[in-house]
Amino acid sequence: MSNNQPVKRVNRQTWHFDQNVRLQSSAVAVGPKEGEGPLAHLFDKIHDDMYAGQQTWEDAERQLMEDAVNTLLQKAGITGKDVDIILAGDLLNQNITTNFTAEKLAMPLLGMYGACSTSMLTLANAAALVNAGYANRAIAACSSHNATAERQYRYPTEYGGQKPPSAQWTVTGAGAGLVGIGGNGPRITYATMGKVVDMGIKDPFDMGTAMAPAAASTIQTHFQDTGRSPETYDLIVTGDLAAVGYPILKELMLAEGYDMDQVYNDCGLMIYSPDQDVFAGGSGCASSAVVTYSYIIDQLNRGLLKNVLVCATGALLSPVSTQQGNSIPCIAHAVALEGGS
Amino acid sequence: MATKTKSKNPGSMQMTKQLYQQQASKFQPKRNVLLNSFRAFWVGGTICLLGQAIQNMYITFFGFTEKTASNPTVATLIFLSVLLTGLGVYDNIGQYAGAGSAVPVTGFANSIASAAIEHRSEGYVLGVGGNMFKLAGSVIVFGVVAAFIAGIIKSLINMFF
Repeated sequence: MSNNQPVKRVNRQTWHFDQNVRLQSSAVAVGPKEGEGPLAHLFDKIHDDMYAGQQTWEDAERQLMEDAVNTLLQKAGITGKDVDIILAGDLLNQNITTNFTAEKLAMPLLGMYGACSTSMLTLANAAALVNAGYANRAIAACSSHNATAERQYRYPTEYGGQKPPSAQWTVTGAGAGLVGIGGNGPRITYATMGKVVDMGIKDPFDMGTAMAPAAASTIQTHFQDTGRSPETYDLIVTGDLAAVGYPILKELMLAEGYDMDQVYNDCGLMIYSPDQDVFAGGSGCASSAVVTYSYIIDQLNRGLLKNVLVCATGALLSPVSTQQGNSIPCIAHAVALEGGS
Repeated sequence: MATKTKSKNPGSMQMTKQLYQQQASKFQPKRNVLLNSFRAFWVGGTICLLGQAIQNMYITFFGFTEKTASNPTVATLIFLSVLLTGLGVYDNIGQYAGAGSAVPVTGFANSIASAAIEHRSEGYVLGVGGNMFKLAGSVIVFGVVAAFIAGIIKSLINMFF
């Protein structure tokens, strides 16, 4: 790439990682439904029950995050002591999955919340800490669980209410990535941190429509700040816009003069096959995390993809804000990955 | 490499909220109202038919009258609904049938049982007890309020006519 200027702050929202910051290893753990999806052969650990051998769903989600991090350490051939800090987040109130898991892992923790954008929020910040020298190795991790998210944001899991076709299926899973200087794995070159965008959408069963403008804002800013364009990338993915948000984003970008047609996909559409009854597609922190930390890293490492932009999208709503009639504020964070040594 | 075609302020959303909502609405998946109504009709109708069959059974074989048979009939339907909820089937019926399985007494039972199951992990008193009526509570509240108002209207009418 020609953009190797020795500058960290490219613009207000975009960071350039001028050191040889790499995603040295990654791992994912998922639930049964994801294990039946088209990417299953790339997942490190597939639990065949939603409880993951635990008593409660909340415990199960912690188990998933723990599995992802421990598998990651194993794959990288290091122990927890070799990691300076873990940056992690989830969807549950007070980030409980993250906090309880980090206690078990005995690593210094930066807990982060960006709803479903947490995957790239943590990865970007891990890269920034490593690039600046505050950490030699940092782990970025996040998780979501279908049943814990249903309980917190919607109805009891066994409640027989009908969902509209624009609803999405929260991915059960966790992903973790190890960020360090040098070694193997894709380079992390840029991160563009998003602004909160609220276009007045109020329907919590239509988050694709709510989040698409936030993704458009971040991707557009990324192109403007870096001088890049859709042609720079072999693949641009959003986190969980799914079947409703996907065409909206494409149209929004086209209106701004960016034709994404050839390179654009959405993790929420990639993780399940269309016959899996997931409404418009997958959602949750794990949607972008699981796809990025398995399929995308694998493709980059094998040289089948060279440049990838992952733009994780988050709907920053709470059940209280929804019931009080507020619209859904959304955010998207993008990280650019580059394959090859 | 830089192929900007238009100059814009970075990240500025030029589009108004109204315009966006208008433009985005065309990407909304269409809901098939006719199909949904048909499904609600046949599932809801089948539940009612089942109720009728149960009521006839109580009248024919257990000596209940048409009036007294309604209590055991409702209890049986509630039992079946709770059983299906516990087995993880009722939510699938609900997704298929919509109002067809929500409106009958079985839907009410499902809303209570599902909340009870969901909050079991938080203990019996604050979990199950405190959350059982999370969804059903408003039905009870407004059912009682509506019955109260209807009762007052009926009394007033009887007083004057």
